[in-house]
Amino acid sequence: MSGPKAAAFWAGVRAESPLLLGVFPFGMIYGALARDAGLSVAASQAMSSIVFGGSSQFVAAKLIKESAPALVIALTIAVVNARHMLYSASVAEYVRALPLRWKLLLAYLLTDEAYAAAIVHYEAEGVTPHGHWFFLGAGVALWTCWQVSTALGVFAGAAIPPSWRLDFALPLTFLAMVVPTLKDRAVAGAALTAGLVALLAFALPYKLGLIAAAFAGIAAGTLLERRA
Amino acid sequence: MSVWGIFALGGLFTFATRFSFIYALGRVRIPPALHRALRFVPPAVLSAIIFPEVLMTDGRLDAGLGNHRMLAAAVALAVAARTKKVLPTIAAGMAALLLLSRLG
Repeated sequence: MSGPKAAAFWAGVRAESPLLLGVFPFGMIYGALARDAGLSVAASQAMSSIVFGGSSQFVAAKLIKESAPALVIALTIAVVNARHMLYSASVAEYVRALPLRWKLLLAYLLTDEAYAAAIVHYEAEGVTPHGHWFFLGAGVALWTCWQVSTALGVFAGAAIPPSWRLDFALPLTFLAMVVPTLKDRAVAGAALTAGLVALLAFALPYKLGLIAAAFAGIAAGTLLERRA
Repeated sequence: MSVWGIFALGGLFTFATRFSFIYALGRVRIPPALHRALRFVPPAVLSAIIFPEVLMTDGRLDAGLGNHRMLAAAVALAVAARTKKVLPTIAAGMAALLLLSRLG
């Protein structure tokens, strides 16, 4: 890696770095929760590189703890991560001319935070000869941060006394993520509907209530938006 | 299926969503209805997890004042609405729960 490629890569790392401050504690909380859910050290860490999707890993750890069926857990991960299709569609035109191996690599690294840095760059600069190195830099920075913070959480988690009720960090984290998105009636309706259906559908077999609630919320949001 | 099977399948699904339109561009455009629906996935999924965690105890609705998680979540909600910041929200909720369980 030389000259302009390296420059673009490090520019991507720099653009990503403010976002890492927010990601690091999430990674630590995930690592601690995964251990709390009974996952081994190796499995807790491996999920961060194989699935590599923050909120879906939180949910998967919780469902594993509750002994939900494997297929339901995998499907739940898919639903939680479905939003990545939006990012995929959004960056597609910028990476169109790249070789397949680059497309595969950048797709693997396409998280919320890497997308945020990459799309700002692409919208400002358009397609440039080294734009994909910027994207790679942002993606690798986030990936490294996620692995390191997971590892720290995995080891620090053991030191947290049970009286701290660490598992409560899950709904709190999600609460902090969802509140700023409640900007219009349709989104608020989607959130409220999903929450209420999750309560009503809690007793559904195989922990399918979560998927049912998510789809109910998405349907409610879509209907509310259409009427507005 | 072991946890490794779950990771493999979940990872494959996740990768497929990320690769989908990067791979398909030029052949398929994202349908507008799907585009609109995807916007609602995060709030719907997150709320579907929050509500039972906070408003149920042992699989039953528990919305009384004895439910410390509900009270602590209300504190966290107020902090989230005011600050829109993640770490103060988590800290406030955890501290409130710890305090309530010491008191009660």
